[in-house]
Amino acid sequence: MTKAALQLNDSGQNRLLLSLSGDWLLGSELPSPGPVLDRLQQSPKPASLSFTAQDLGEWDTGLVKVLIAIHRSATANGIEVDAEGMPTGAKRLVALAFAVPEREGARRVFTKKGFLERFGEKVLAGVEGARELLTFTGELVLSCGRFLRGKATYQRSDVTQYLQEAGAEAFPIVSLICFLIGMIFAFVGVMQLKLFGAGIYTANLVAVAMVREMSAIMTGIIMAGRTGAAYAAQIGTMKVNEEVDALTTLGMNPTDFLVTPRVFALIVMMPLLAVYGSLMGIFGGALVGISMLDVTIAQYWAQTLQSVHLNSVFGGLFKSIVYGILVAIAGCQQGMACGNSALAVGQSTTKAVVMGIVLIVVSAAILTVIYINLGI
Amino acid sequence: MNNAQPHITAENLTMAYGDFLIQKDLKFTVSRGDIFIIMGGSGCGKSTLLKIMIGLKSPATGDVFYDQEPFWASSEAQRELTKQKFGTLFQSGALWSSMTLAENIGLALQQYTDLGPAEIREVAAYKLMLVGLAGFEDYYPNEISGGMKKRAGLARAMALDPDILFFDEPSAGLDPISAKLLDDLILELRESLGTTVVIVTHELASIFAIGNNSVFLDPVTKTQLATGNPNELRDSHPNFEVRNFLQRGEAA
Repeated sequence: MTKAALQLNDSGQNRLLLSLSGDWLLGSELPSPGPVLDRLQQSPKPASLSFTAQDLGEWDTGLVKVLIAIHRSATANGIEVDAEGMPTGAKRLVALAFAVPEREGARRVFTKKGFLERFGEKVLAGVEGARELLTFTGELVLSCGRFLRGKATYQRSDVTQYLQEAGAEAFPIVSLICFLIGMIFAFVGVMQLKLFGAGIYTANLVAVAMVREMSAIMTGIIMAGRTGAAYAAQIGTMKVNEEVDALTTLGMNPTDFLVTPRVFALIVMMPLLAVYGSLMGIFGGALVGISMLDVTIAQYWAQTLQSVHLNSVFGGLFKSIVYGILVAIAGCQQGMACGNSALAVGQSTTKAVVMGIVLIVVSAAILTVIYINLGI
Repeated sequence: MNNAQPHITAENLTMAYGDFLIQKDLKFTVSRGDIFIIMGGSGCGKSTLLKIMIGLKSPATGDVFYDQEPFWASSEAQRELTKQKFGTLFQSGALWSSMTLAENIGLALQQYTDLGPAEIREVAAYKLMLVGLAGFEDYYPNEISGGMKKRAGLARAMALDPDILFFDEPSAGLDPISAKLLDDLILELRESLGTTVVIVTHELASIFAIGNNSVFLDPVTKTQLATGNPNELRDSHPNFEVRNFLQRGEAA
């Protein structure tokens, strides 16, 4: 392989001749067009520029890109370019590259934004996001009204499938997490309560914590990661594929068709899962309590039963329904707000999970304060 | 460049999904610099053949030869090397949506060449100029129209100066003028770069305008009915199905 070279000859009468030689392959060492570009800008300006390529070997994009840079500079400086001397293929490629002029205003100019500007944009985006969430919730409420009156268009088989996905298929993970949470609570309880001879109250600790708070919260977080993310990804992908638009053009309300059945599935399944999660937690706690404390199964069971009041059970159930609604709203809203690319689907899914978990924790705090004030 | 030299050869190629036979006994030769059309009715396995040729799906039996070298019978590493000489334009562009057009084109260059970031950007800009998208380097795929996505996909396919360009339904979803411009572009690129082009299509206008070699796949007999220049097949092929397809169902 011979080294690529670029030589500029001033052949007098203001004519420039550029000779190309050697192998011009991308990735090998190529001469810089810099000196040629400088000469094109110097005065006295040459009238024309021509090429000779007698000693040119192999070439590829490496050559064409240099020729294009030279051609562009020459044209900008009002120098006539005689492309005859270029190798045939390269001549055609250069012509092709300049065939479509750059569209006016197409090129992006990046300006660096100041701190205040970026901060302001974030705030505005936050306000806009909150507004969208409110609008979405409003639409959902209207849609739920139609759903309950039997006026919404949706597929019954979809609802069954959502119930299956959000309910039965979540059993294993809910079992595992709640069982382990119950065991952890019991461990901590036994270690601390034993110190003053109140070990049996571990049963109270585990049962009350699971029934009132933990089961609903843990199930909610599992659902945010499992079902909320799935909702956002499903609806988001449908948006990218214009499936949502297809529904709208058929006169179907996308909220009725896609969102409400999903929200309904979570509202139905969350309390069931939470009750089941409580039982698993109590069972896990009992295993630890009975094996570590000097109590019988009957004693532990009696202690558990008398510690759990019906109020706590309903309180927990109500919370689980609230979390279910929040997770479904976060998932579906992010899906419906999804942009038009694979990247956007990923972002929506992430946002759905984060938003779901934040909403769960915030509402848990608020509900707990309300419960205490109501004496539940 | 020797035009008579076979560039791609298929030998007794049979393709199937599991037990479901798609096409059997395919046999054709593509010369260097040909524009080779894979045609046939819907569902005859055109796209599957393309997948086998670009290494996405393995054939049931038989093999494809590039420059007389077997493709599927060679080692995985060898196949990767062969594949670097391919450029593929997928049906809807298949641009990576998280990257700008310049980054889409630059990825292969970054991976397979020693070029620095500035040079990669320069090459990307040049490839975009070739397809008529000068100045669109910093756009994301979802910000441009369908026809522009196709052309950007073509620019990406050409990133590594491929020996062979594969197109899956290049004119699908384009208006007749854009489709014609894309055809012209393909012809122009073949002329100036000497690239061999393989196109899956059933657009008759494109087939006659740019194709100089072809294979006709039939979904009923599950094998090829004809191979050769589509213009000649239309006028004088003995098989009625082939003539009928190429004459839009108006063959006598």
